[in-house]
Amino acid sequence: MSSTTAHEADSPHVVGYATFIKVWLALVVLTGALVGLSSAHNPNLALLGLLIITPTKASLVLFYFMHLKYEKAGLKYMVTTALAVLVIFIFLTFSDYLFR
Amino acid sequence: MSESAEPHTGDPIGEHVTEHAGEHRDYVGAKLGMWIFVFTELILFGGLFVAYGMYRSMHPHEFHHASGELNVTLGVINTLILLTSSLTMVLSIVAIRLQRKGQSIAFLAATMVLGCAFLVNKFFEWSAKIHHGLYPGSEHLMARPPGERLFFGLYYGMTGLHGLHVTVGVVVMSIMMALLVRDKIRHDDFIKLENTGLYWHLVDIIWIFLLPLFYLAA
Amino acid sequence: MSTAPAADAAVSPASEPSFYGGSSRAGIASWLLTTDHKRIGILYLVAMVTFFMVGVTIGALMRIEHLTMGPTIMKATTYNAMFTVHGVIMIFLFVIPGLPAVFGNFLLPIMIGAKDVAFPRLNLLSWYLYMSGAAIAVGALFTGGGPPDTGWTFYVPYSVKTGTNVTMAVFGAFVLGFASILTGLNFITTIHRMRAKGMSWMRMPLFPWSLYATAWVQVLATPILGITLLLVILERVFHLGIFDPAIGGDPILYQHLFWTYSHPAVYIMILPAMGAISEIIPTFAHRTIFGYKAIVFSSMAIAGLGSLVWAHHMFTSGMSEFAIVVFSLLTFLVSIPSAIKVFNWVATLYKGSVELRPPMLFALAFIFLFSIGGLTGLFQGALAVNVHVHDTYFIVGHFHYVMFGGTGFAFFAALHYWYPKMFGRMYNERTAIVAFVHLFVGFNMLYFTFLVLGLEGMPRRYYDHLPQFHSGHIHATIGSWILVAGLLIMFANLLRGLFRKAEVPANPWGGVTLEWTVPSPPPVENFDVLPVITEPPYTFNHPAKEPAA
Repeated sequence: MSSTTAHEADSPHVVGYATFIKVWLALVVLTGALVGLSSAHNPNLALLGLLIITPTKASLVLFYFMHLKYEKAGLKYMVTTALAVLVIFIFLTFSDYLFR
Repeated sequence: MSESAEPHTGDPIGEHVTEHAGEHRDYVGAKLGMWIFVFTELILFGGLFVAYGMYRSMHPHEFHHASGELNVTLGVINTLILLTSSLTMVLSIVAIRLQRKGQSIAFLAATMVLGCAFLVNKFFEWSAKIHHGLYPGSEHLMARPPGERLFFGLYYGMTGLHGLHVTVGVVVMSIMMALLVRDKIRHDDFIKLENTGLYWHLVDIIWIFLLPLFYLAA
Repeated sequence: MSTAPAADAAVSPASEPSFYGGSSRAGIASWLLTTDHKRIGILYLVAMVTFFMVGVTIGALMRIEHLTMGPTIMKATTYNAMFTVHGVIMIFLFVIPGLPAVFGNFLLPIMIGAKDVAFPRLNLLSWYLYMSGAAIAVGALFTGGGPPDTGWTFYVPYSVKTGTNVTMAVFGAFVLGFASILTGLNFITTIHRMRAKGMSWMRMPLFPWSLYATAWVQVLATPILGITLLLVILERVFHLGIFDPAIGGDPILYQHLFWTYSHPAVYIMILPAMGAISEIIPTFAHRTIFGYKAIVFSSMAIAGLGSLVWAHHMFTSGMSEFAIVVFSLLTFLVSIPSAIKVFNWVATLYKGSVELRPPMLFALAFIFLFSIGGLTGLFQGALAVNVHVHDTYFIVGHFHYVMFGGTGFAFFAALHYWYPKMFGRMYNERTAIVAFVHLFVGFNMLYFTFLVLGLEGMPRRYYDHLPQFHSGHIHATIGSWILVAGLLIMFANLLRGLFRKAEVPANPWGGVTLEWTVPSPPPVENFDVLPVITEPPYTFNHPAKEPAA
């Protein structure tokens, strides 16, 4: 008894098939949009694709497929920290390369 | 030895350590551990993304040009394969939580098949490149401008490491399949499957970034 | 802590065997297949002390080489291998695993009122990965092209071109990185999930806090080393060519990636050391730590800020001046939380009832030696100074002050402090003090001389030296002999203590954290009844807790 309570207490409802299928559809559409933008021979549009669509796709996987949306705040802070660390590594390294 | 369930006060992550068949189980703790492992994988690939970022900023035209050598169709197909496999992976978990063991097995099997399909595509893709003499250390590659050689070095490095992770993922899934079939993964004890899912979704996320960086850079 | 007994009075209850006896397996299997965090801590201790002494021997041989100008006992190429292997062993096999592997494993669960870590089997796997990585690294000495001669930093392009067995050595470091990552993962989960009832975050003692901050660095920084070393292997074996300047690669990128881990690594080294000092000082000052919250926040700040300063190792490498300014500023900032800790430790002594027992002597020495190390580090953070002292003995002096004077002495302090708890025996305190004096004198004679030699221009990683440096080298080498004598006396004393008959009580020092409420050594399950915490840590003025004078 107590073991089921454990799981239910942490995520009281099981997210059903429908939500995930909708997320998948969104991902496919976004992929198509990304390819479209990149084929448009416009480097700015391609960059837009990279900087907006790709993180959006990743976020959908993160929040829905990886269940982060339904997790407690502490885990969300940890994910944010890990991502921030990576972003900072990239930015600080760029402080060398972009200014040589 | 067995201790009654001790709630953990002041813990933002969650509560409820439980007893099950005399073993000490902590669903939230096991999930937390897996998430931390996911962070390490993120940073592992992150180092390669740092390299990519710096070199692309140094050789933008050559990266653009070299990217044209890659097969966009194959890249997009592989993307769709992985996205779908992420769907089937999560559906497998949902199914077992709803006590639909048959569906759970089917979805997990589909995930494995899709993972293998990805690897088969990668094999063909790499074979074609190697056949054309485009591999690290080849004379053909050495004759190209430095930026292009860096592009291909990163291409093989990053897709190779990613492919290795896909392979490991499929192997782990086969173990989960065995556990699922034998009822060791159940509606009230599915953390192993869920953690496998977390790993697999990370592999998917990495590919989500690899697609535009390598295949769509032209 | 509501459940601390009066010190000294209680002897180990005869009811439960200590964890040394309480295994279901026999003999060596009970150690090699254990999942008991206490046994794993001891396994690490034995391995690490062994590797440490090997590293010391190599260091001593390097010092003997500098007794005369020209070759003394080895060729130049041998010397290159010596300083490489000395660095690899000391850094990857001793200082980085350091206090977390030994004292973290042994004490973390007990100090937070738990029965074990979150993932006991993963913990054992960490130890096997550590031993495997060590075996691979040692194997590199005797196979392929012989021991690497690149320096422990494995800079490209030389590390890709040299015929020595870099691939294997680097792979060993890769495996060791995994051990570190898994330990960090284990500790984070343990601290989040297994604190005793009533132990809120702000009631957790400072050693666990330091382990928590360290674990995040282990988990988020080590993978960068993993990928960097992997790229070196791929370049050597498959000519992947990421760092090769001949194809447009940038050797400085290697340095960026390498130091993105290796600088946070030094905070992996020092944070748990500081945590141990934060435990020892209140106990022997018999009063609560000054500024508990400040120390907590400083630990997290050091972990965070320390991950942003790596390129201060690269000021002279050819990177952009803008980056130099950025990293120089960040480096200055990270000194602030460290300084806060030093102030707080010293402030704790004020109006305390200070007892100069061996652990306290090592802890006080730590404060002195770490301060010198930290300050010399700050000097190097300024570009103007860095240009002159980079790659000189000043740097070598600096990092030995922080890594050896800091982490090393804290390790010795922790060893002398928790020894009765871990082994149920006591060493000879007078001999310990004799060892301490040798260590302190020898250390400063050796490494302060290095600081001076460096300022005078003696370059590092040179097997030979010019006449103007000669007397300094002789002075340093004699200091190294006194230092080694101190190490031998110390370890002999600690080893001998194991064979004494007298058992020790649960709380020989009058400490107030949870480990002093369980028998010495603890039983397998640590606690008969899991404690319930109702007070902040380091509460000393509770009548029941005062040690019998």
